[in-house]
Amino acid sequence: MMFLMALRLALRSLLRNRMRSALTALGVIIGVAALLVTVVLGEGTRKMVAAQIATMGSAIIMIVPGASAQGGFMGGTGSGRPLQRDDVEAILQARAVRYVVPVDRTVAQVVSSNLNWQTPVLGTTTDYAALRDWPVARGRFFTAAENESAAKVCVLGHTVTQNLFGDSDPVGQQVRVKQMPCEIIGVLAPKGQSAMGSDQDDILILPSVTLRTRVLNQNRQYVSTIMVAATSEDDLAQAESEVVSILRQRHKLTDDQENDFTVRNLAELVQTQQKIVETQTGMLRNVAAVSLLVGGIGIMNIMLVSVTERTREIGIRLAIGARERDILLQFLVEAVVLSVLGGLLGTGLGALAATLFSKLGGGMPVDFSPFWMVLGFGVSVAIGVLFGFYPARKAARLDPIDALRYE
Amino acid sequence: MGDAVPSSEPLLRLSKITKVYTRGDLAVPALRGLDLQIDSGEFVAVMGPSGSGKSTLMNLIGCLDRPTSGSYFLQGRDVAQLDRDALAQVRLRTLGFVFQGFNLLSRTTALENVELPLLYAGMRSMERAERARESLARVGLAERAGHTPNQLSGGQQQRVAIARALVTKPMMLLADEPTGNLDSRTSLEVMALLQELNAEGLTVLLVTHEPDIAAFAGRLLLVKDGRLRADERRPPHSAKQALAEWRDTEEEDR
Repeated sequence: MMFLMALRLALRSLLRNRMRSALTALGVIIGVAALLVTVVLGEGTRKMVAAQIATMGSAIIMIVPGASAQGGFMGGTGSGRPLQRDDVEAILQARAVRYVVPVDRTVAQVVSSNLNWQTPVLGTTTDYAALRDWPVARGRFFTAAENESAAKVCVLGHTVTQNLFGDSDPVGQQVRVKQMPCEIIGVLAPKGQSAMGSDQDDILILPSVTLRTRVLNQNRQYVSTIMVAATSEDDLAQAESEVVSILRQRHKLTDDQENDFTVRNLAELVQTQQKIVETQTGMLRNVAAVSLLVGGIGIMNIMLVSVTERTREIGIRLAIGARERDILLQFLVEAVVLSVLGGLLGTGLGALAATLFSKLGGGMPVDFSPFWMVLGFGVSVAIGVLFGFYPARKAARLDPIDALRYE
Repeated sequence: MGDAVPSSEPLLRLSKITKVYTRGDLAVPALRGLDLQIDSGEFVAVMGPSGSGKSTLMNLIGCLDRPTSGSYFLQGRDVAQLDRDALAQVRLRTLGFVFQGFNLLSRTTALENVELPLLYAGMRSMERAERARESLARVGLAERAGHTPNQLSGGQQQRVAIARALVTKPMMLLADEPTGNLDSRTSLEVMALLQELNAEGLTVLLVTHEPDIAAFAGRLLLVKDGRLRADERRPPHSAKQALAEWRDTEEEDR
């Protein structure tokens, strides 16, 4: 009852000073909107990264040759003992390992009948699609036999297909990779961006032996990268330690020698990146919180002005029998109403801004649960009470005689 | 109330009231041991030069302030040392205030101004509006209920203020220079209204520095240097009669 009355008084008083109320609320609007955008986008980024880990395969280990160390001189990555084709077979024996594939890369001009496109070319073996959990949309992946016989076959990523063939079915058609003609036997399903932001679908995959002997024209026995999939995400650490001990044994390293290869866990890489993103959004969130604080101070400021302006009114109310708590409630409700109006508008603005950001920048998922609305509302109520209390108490404690005499 | 018969216990009784204001190290006595009794149904005028302590006396009687020492019984209850909220309740239930500057809330209708005390009394909105309309009708402003103070003349504003003071049916009306901002004719109208209300049994305490206005009260108190210097009862002039005479003179002038 008293509260409803205070609410009516508050609305009336705020409407009397429309411009002032709007500007004061603007502080809260900006603060709440900024806070909401950072929270929502932070959450979106987290989800996006999680989704990327899922597209990459979360239980994947990459092995690259390490640096050589001779008499204190460290060579760069790859200067050490190269990884051998035999290493691939050996690692497959590990218990916690499901798939092992060699991966060699180059970049080549790919030419169809009338279009051409420069794209990364990847040479690997049959298990690559399974290891990356990457379904073939049309046609098929190449077989082990095709790899062994260096068959002139290739599988295209979605982007390459679009650029060379548009929407027509490329399976069965011919392309030229550098000088080598080969038949397209399959097209991979779209996979989207990698965690590093590159287009994973811009790729052409050849059998490992085909790439080595027919495109790169060399018959070397080493591979640039070995990719390993553990039997499950939980077995990742186990797989990693098995891989390390197998390679150390094969490379005949003694206990006091460093690894001459590097093992990278993809999930860890992504998590590192995720941490960077989280630090950034965390900083933004702090800035947003500060702007909300400034908004709150704006409310306190304007409420203090309002109390001073209305000293006489307060005196009249006290003289005719208002108690301290009546006056306190009146001004506190006014501050909270101001803040909540700002909070609601800020929540709307924040939702709009987050949607826009997400549409313009990378399409990270934005989901608006009612939780965000409740958060925006709750935060603004808290700001109103926190910053409205001091002015309201000041009003309630006025001496009625002094207040009545105030000019 | 009707024809008030003085009961054994007076409406208010002040004894040995002192009030000392401290300004820094300086103690300024405003009231120096004042004794006063007012019975229910009296019409009392308080006069005195400025700085005499009459405003302080009004603030104390009006429960807007507390005495430094002494006791103040209002309807037999000692209110001298009540806390702020309890004093607010006394102001709300027992007293009504009328000020020199009217002190209505601006941009707020007459009706809402009159409703204000009832709001703090926690009355329902229907009953509130009804009581406020009755009170406005009593001061002859029923048809002005929807007007805001700046749409009303000074005399009308003061009548709205009186309606607001009456709406809680108080025991006593405290009027601090109620005619100070009004011309002579409107002053007479306001005094006629106060006399009417007094005739119906309302106790009225009036502060004024105009002897003409004080003459409408049946009892005159003179305060000087924080003490009561004179307390005399005499037959009051009739404001209604004065108003009629005033009208006659105006017609002769025409």
